[in-house]
Amino acid sequence: MSQTTAPASRPQPDVLAVAARRRLRFPAALRNPLAVTGTAIIVVWLLLALLAPMISPAGPLAQDFERLQPPSAAHWFGTDQLGRDVLARVLDGARVSIILPLLLVVSSLLVGTIAGSVAGYFGKVADEVIMRIADLVFAFPTIILAMVIAASLGPSLTNAVIAMLIVSWPAYARVTRSLVVVASRSEYVVAGRLLGNSPFVSLGKDILPNIIAPVVVLATLDVGTAILLLAGLSFLGLGAVPPTPDWGAMVSDGVQNFSSWWISVFPGLAILTVVLAFNFLGDALRDTLDPRTADAVKGRAL
Amino acid sequence: MTALLELDGVKVSYRVAGRPRLVAVDDVSLSLGTRQVLGLVGESGCGKSTLARAICGLEGLDSGSITFDGTPVTRLGMRTRDRKLLRIQMVFQNPYASLNPRRTIGKQIEDGLKVNPDRSAWTVPDLLAHVELDASARSRFPHQFSGGQRQRIAIARAIASGPDLLVGDEPIASLDASLQARVAGLMRSLALETGASLLFISHDLSVVRVIADDVAVMSRGKIVERGDVNEVWSNPQQPYTKQLLSAIPKVDGLGVLPG
Amino acid sequence: MSQPAASTGGLSIRDLTLSIGRGEKAKRILRGISLDVPAGRITGLAGESGSGKTMTGMTVLGLQPEQATVGGVIEFDGRNLLELPTKELNTLRGNDIAMVFQDPTSSLHPMLSIGSQLTDHLRQHTGMSKREALERARVVLEQVKVPDPAGALKKYPHQFSGGQLQRVAIASAIMCSPSVLIADEPTTALDVTVQAGILRLLRELCDDLGLAILLVTHDLGVMSALADTIAVMREGEIVEHGDRFQVITAPRDPYTRALIDALPHDGSTDAEQATTGDAS
Repeated sequence: MSQTTAPASRPQPDVLAVAARRRLRFPAALRNPLAVTGTAIIVVWLLLALLAPMISPAGPLAQDFERLQPPSAAHWFGTDQLGRDVLARVLDGARVSIILPLLLVVSSLLVGTIAGSVAGYFGKVADEVIMRIADLVFAFPTIILAMVIAASLGPSLTNAVIAMLIVSWPAYARVTRSLVVVASRSEYVVAGRLLGNSPFVSLGKDILPNIIAPVVVLATLDVGTAILLLAGLSFLGLGAVPPTPDWGAMVSDGVQNFSSWWISVFPGLAILTVVLAFNFLGDALRDTLDPRTADAVKGRAL
Repeated sequence: MTALLELDGVKVSYRVAGRPRLVAVDDVSLSLGTRQVLGLVGESGCGKSTLARAICGLEGLDSGSITFDGTPVTRLGMRTRDRKLLRIQMVFQNPYASLNPRRTIGKQIEDGLKVNPDRSAWTVPDLLAHVELDASARSRFPHQFSGGQRQRIAIARAIASGPDLLVGDEPIASLDASLQARVAGLMRSLALETGASLLFISHDLSVVRVIADDVAVMSRGKIVERGDVNEVWSNPQQPYTKQLLSAIPKVDGLGVLPG
Repeated sequence: MSQPAASTGGLSIRDLTLSIGRGEKAKRILRGISLDVPAGRITGLAGESGSGKTMTGMTVLGLQPEQATVGGVIEFDGRNLLELPTKELNTLRGNDIAMVFQDPTSSLHPMLSIGSQLTDHLRQHTGMSKREALERARVVLEQVKVPDPAGALKKYPHQFSGGQLQRVAIASAIMCSPSVLIADEPTTALDVTVQAGILRLLRELCDDLGLAILLVTHDLGVMSALADTIAVMREGEIVEHGDRFQVITAPRDPYTRALIDALPHDGSTDAEQATTGDAS
């Protein structure tokens, strides 16, 4: 009997399942130009951030140079109002402006996923409490809330990150909760419980690995937002404390010296490239991780 | 001799928005002995699936009791399942949802082996052979198998745990007609071979006739007829049973419309 | 057959091929299907999942995947459907050739009343007034034996049971008086008692309206009750084609024999009993 092909679902033609299976094995979507560009940009920036002390033309805090010099051969990005080399500050700022947001996203993902899983799986009281707290956070505009928290804790990078963590975890919690609620009703999860899995084993072995994909996509797309959020806080003086170089703070400085465009444009461009890169990567990841739905929507010409 | 499974006045109902409670199972009593195959047939909405789920502890009872091997069957809540109740295992209707997509099927079958009180009862290759799958299947993932194959894997996992009662909730409904009898037969032979009883829920009386010893016919939450399967098939007593039987098309090439 | 099926309101499929992908990696789904679907008869197309039977039905209506390459001839009303421009094919679809699917809940719009769903298409095609179209819809609902046809027009899909909804779906299909009806697993999702009613309905429609019905299903019981001729498909090819009685009681192809043997039977099969005249 012919059981060599695996239909995706009856009575959908199984040709779509064959195409979908191929996609799952070879992530061709990750080879698309946008994803490659995105990854390349991120890799380049991470390298620059790591190698900054070695390749920087000058120290980021050194105020030795002539002030407000436009870009030239000596100073590719010019100098700022305190005579510091802008290129040096952009390179050094990469550490703060990329690494910290990355750390932030990872921590909000962890906190949010745990909170959302507990809410979704155990339901009832846990669900109510956690989701209402999340709602409370959602009720406020993100940047305002972050500002208020950062301001009340005192301006410093650590406090800025704490503030951002508080405003970012609910999004992950909400997404994770809905995914967990649906997954926990799946037959394979029930089968696991009938085989003696405790609720925690069930969560860890059966549910989380199957819902993590969309959450990861969310996280990738969120890195851009986190960078902008930190830049915003620094712009307002609530993040990086001067003289620590941070792209957002540099843009803020540049605003006060508007005719010296190079002071804010270069850090601004740096923010732009990194945010775009993470967005490209996130989009490509999202397309790869859902090949079946993508195919099914295309193939079913009804 | 105490029955393996004893249902006494079981009633299960649901709350439906804006309407009175919907009674899915209405005062059902039945018993099942060891090494017995009972077919539970009925059409959609008759409550047979709800009853199957209640027997596994997946639904709460409004009233009545379900006793398995002397132990009352409790609802599967947030606590780890009672060890004694691990002897009841279920095979679900949808073969595409009953296996974890991210784990190899070998690992999933091993999950079943871990709860088997007799540790040396089976090995994974042994079980795979018994469900007519190649031993190399153990390192593959569910999406690499067809619906019929996935259902056999689910059966292997359930049998691996050495159950005393295997419950099949419409396990063949999603399969091609050419596979249904085969998979049903497999469930029967594996259950009996391992000393378990089989409760086979289906809307398809013709398959139940071939694999079950007894049959219970359900309609609107109640059991309307019960008896030896051949008896009920050839000599139905209740009008609903007669109606059900006459609606089954015969594969005789004569073009006779059923019903 | 004295006259080719295609010229008398039926369909004639000749050497139909369909493949997905290019070159060596192309997956051949249909490998040269030839089948006549004459008017006034029910032609059965049987096979397991993946045999290509559903794809055959979809291709007749031009609903195959965009990336598929098709070859061969599907003759209807003197024209080759595979060569028709999209616009003409769109006019044909629903008006001359209609299709009924397995799941009525997904083939009807959940948020539109039955009346508007049935009349929409008809009014676009014929320019009838709303009142005329609704009257026709009521008549058709009566034909398919939906209880209280006038009231049904105002109801919504969720207010019907599975069997009644499938009747509504069939009504929707025959609204514009098509000459060909393709039924893809029309009763697979229904209870057996409800199925009996739908099978009866399809037979009546075929006899009364002279429809050419292509019945696609894996259920040989349904085939045996309803089809006049049966074609058995396996991996994109027709391995057996003949009169219903012959195919079921004395199949020539081993695959067909295997399919029949796989059905539940106690001792002798229904088919064997039919030939020997034995009833157990």
